[in-house]
Amino acid sequence: MIVVDVALVVLALALLPAVWRIAVGPSDADRALSADHVFFVFLAVAGLLSVRLQDSVFLDVVLVGTLVGFLATITLARLVDRGPS
Amino acid sequence: MSAPEIVQAAGGYGLVGLGVGLLAVAALGLIRFPDAYSRLSAVTKAATLGLCLTLLGVLVLEPSWANAVKVLLAVALQFVTSPVGGFALGRAAYRSGSPLSPGSSYDELGGRHSAQDGGAGGDDPSRL
Repeated sequence: MIVVDVALVVLALALLPAVWRIAVGPSDADRALSADHVFFVFLAVAGLLSVRLQDSVFLDVVLVGTLVGFLATITLARLVDRGPS
Repeated sequence: MSAPEIVQAAGGYGLVGLGVGLLAVAALGLIRFPDAYSRLSAVTKAATLGLCLTLLGVLVLEPSWANAVKVLLAVALQFVTSPVGGFALGRAAYRSGSPLSPGSSYDELGGRHSAQDGGAGGDDPSRL
């Protein structure tokens, strides 16, 4: 279980570069792909929480999240495409 | 702990560690890579495999039929949708004129794509 705790801390730290990149990112594409990364990390956190809290409801969150994440990515790509560069 | 339990724990924690490590490497790539396209490569590839390995590790640690259905479906969807999403983001980045790093040797499109479609414009619905 200590491995899962360490993994959760590492994932929390892996969010910080994405936040930084969203803040300073030179183009909108950088911000969009950082948001994508945040979503991937969130899904991994939800999966690990199902082990940590012994609750398989989080796996439903992961399953729905993969679908919603794809739609979010496509929508962000369209926004980057159409928006001011 | 019996021998199968030790193998299960080692396999599960190994998969989780590998997947989380890949996600951390993707985060490092967000800081270190010079332009949006290489960052996109880091995030899409490392994070897809990292997330799938993490979820498989979760399945090994908590084996049940219900979990297997959910995790394997999520992994399959992730493997199908994530490259498509990465491709769409990269295409949008190029069309919106995101600059290439000065170190890149080739630009095979040569700005043709954005010039032809008026950069970020183009309301042609057949194009994504």
